[in-house]
Amino acid sequence: MPPHRRPVTEPRWMRVTLCLLALGFLTLFLALPLAAVLGQALARGVEPFAAALVTPDTMAAIRLTLLTAAIAVPLNLVFGLAAAWAIAKFRFPLRGLLVTLIDLPFSVSPVVSGLIYVLMFGLQGWLGPTLAAHGIKIIFAVPGIVLATIFVTLPFVARELIPLMEAQGREEEEAAIVLGAGGWRTFLLVTLPNIKWGLLYGVLLCNARAMGEFGAVSVVSGHIRGMTTTIPLHVEILYNEYDFVGAFAVASLLALLALVTLAAKTFLEWVHRDELAAHTR
Amino acid sequence: MRRALFSLVLAGLLTAGAARADTTLLNVSYDPTREFYRAINQAFAAAWKAKTGESVTINQSHGGSGKQARSVIDGLEADVVTLALAYDIDAIADHARLLPSDWQARLPDRSTPYTSTIVFLVRTGNPKRITDWGDLARPGLQVITPNPKTSGGARWNYLAAWGWAERTYRGDAAKVRDYIAAVLKNVPVFDSGARGSTNTFVQRRIGDVLLAWENEALLSSRELAEAGVEIVVPSVSILAEPPVAVVDTVAARHGTTAVAEAYLRFLSTPEGQDIAARNFYRPRDPAVAKRFAAQFPPVATFTIDDAFGGWRQAQKLHFDDGGSFDQLQPKR
Repeated sequence: MPPHRRPVTEPRWMRVTLCLLALGFLTLFLALPLAAVLGQALARGVEPFAAALVTPDTMAAIRLTLLTAAIAVPLNLVFGLAAAWAIAKFRFPLRGLLVTLIDLPFSVSPVVSGLIYVLMFGLQGWLGPTLAAHGIKIIFAVPGIVLATIFVTLPFVARELIPLMEAQGREEEEAAIVLGAGGWRTFLLVTLPNIKWGLLYGVLLCNARAMGEFGAVSVVSGHIRGMTTTIPLHVEILYNEYDFVGAFAVASLLALLALVTLAAKTFLEWVHRDELAAHTR
Repeated sequence: MRRALFSLVLAGLLTAGAARADTTLLNVSYDPTREFYRAINQAFAAAWKAKTGESVTINQSHGGSGKQARSVIDGLEADVVTLALAYDIDAIADHARLLPSDWQARLPDRSTPYTSTIVFLVRTGNPKRITDWGDLARPGLQVITPNPKTSGGARWNYLAAWGWAERTYRGDAAKVRDYIAAVLKNVPVFDSGARGSTNTFVQRRIGDVLLAWENEALLSSRELAEAGVEIVVPSVSILAEPPVAVVDTVAARHGTTAVAEAYLRFLSTPEGQDIAARNFYRPRDPAVAKRFAAQFPPVATFTIDDAFGGWRQAQKLHFDDGGSFDQLQPKR
């Protein structure tokens, strides 16, 4: 029997140093701030913490955030899937341009993303006077917040899927078609099973961002308490009103939503670890 | 799962609809009035209910005064605006024509039902011995004030300093400009609104002196007793007159013109004036002012009209692009 070969060759001190460095970095930049948020939130005990979460304005902010995510995420799921499918499986003119355009929301500042909608739907904007004449409210109301959120979360699903689908090529789909499957059936039985993990990551990230977006939403919100404030905007309002327990309680709720998202992802990975190992992602 | 999601969306939509059932007003206001208007809204809703039997809900939106005016111009449907300075309401009249340009003549006291002034907030014990405007130009001192481009309070701060300098240097324009440039050099960070600056100074403990609305200074020194700050009243300051107005076009479309006007007139009633004084705004009503005399130290003030020929002119000379603020800011 050959002697057991050590998987790493670096000396022990180096491994320890590297681990400590990584851990220290994570503690300093992730764990400590999170602990500080929770600490501030619970500074006056559990009761004020809970009371801060059930005020009507906070509940309205939570409702609006969930509503926004519930509209933005499915829409971007459908769009991302369609765009990735088109880009990865077909060759067509201006394909490169489409790829670049999908990345646009990542590269422009969220403030610009918000101002785009002010320019389009604002009272002084292109469509504003017409909309106002018909009593339709877009910006400084829920539709504007949803639109801005869709814009900033647009790339998540598509960006996750395009490299994956390109790497997988289109042989399997071609085989399915040759064997007589229709387009829809090919998609459901061949394409979807291949990409479901990437799709899941994309949706989870998209959801986290949809709930947490601040900049673009801030520009189009109008900041009407209890009506057009999402959770991140409500945190700012509470902080500015010297309600530090409230602000950090709601902030910790937001952090909690992000942690739940990550936990869900980790849990699903763990449950399906065998299947994951079979696929190279 | 899908059904749960669907019912969640439905519930959200239904409750959003229910909130709009009775008469609602939207009051778009500036930064430090949050607590004040929350109290006014409650009192007015009760008074309106007693008088007419109608229930009214007033929604609030707060931010830097200039930014809020911009939002109304861009379509934020304010029934009333209660901003930091008349120029911001002028801007709404000029750029969006949502109210007539003589709006200021429509309500008592030139539509400014309460006043305030600009004072200093320093660390307890005043370790840097800051007593008057001249001290702000001392090299190495850190002065906290918001950005005059976005904040109404900051524009009052700037003009108060300018007015002091005009008096002190007897109109010597070069000396006034040197003084203002030296003060601006001492500002490490410009927040976008007055509340942001207060938090910078009080919570984050940055800076030696905060230029603040008197109401904001009184509020933060009481609400945050542990903050370790105290108020210094300068030898002379500006009479800050925050104006209010009904936004005619929006109120007419909502059918809220009558209640919106009643809401603003309520500010001048003894009850409204009392609430203003309890929230540290100087009341116009002499009887109420007398009762709260102990709270407001006497301070010599000049007005924007006397010292600067009104807001339109002050805005043009000092805060528009290429104005004195742009010229005197140190190149960073």
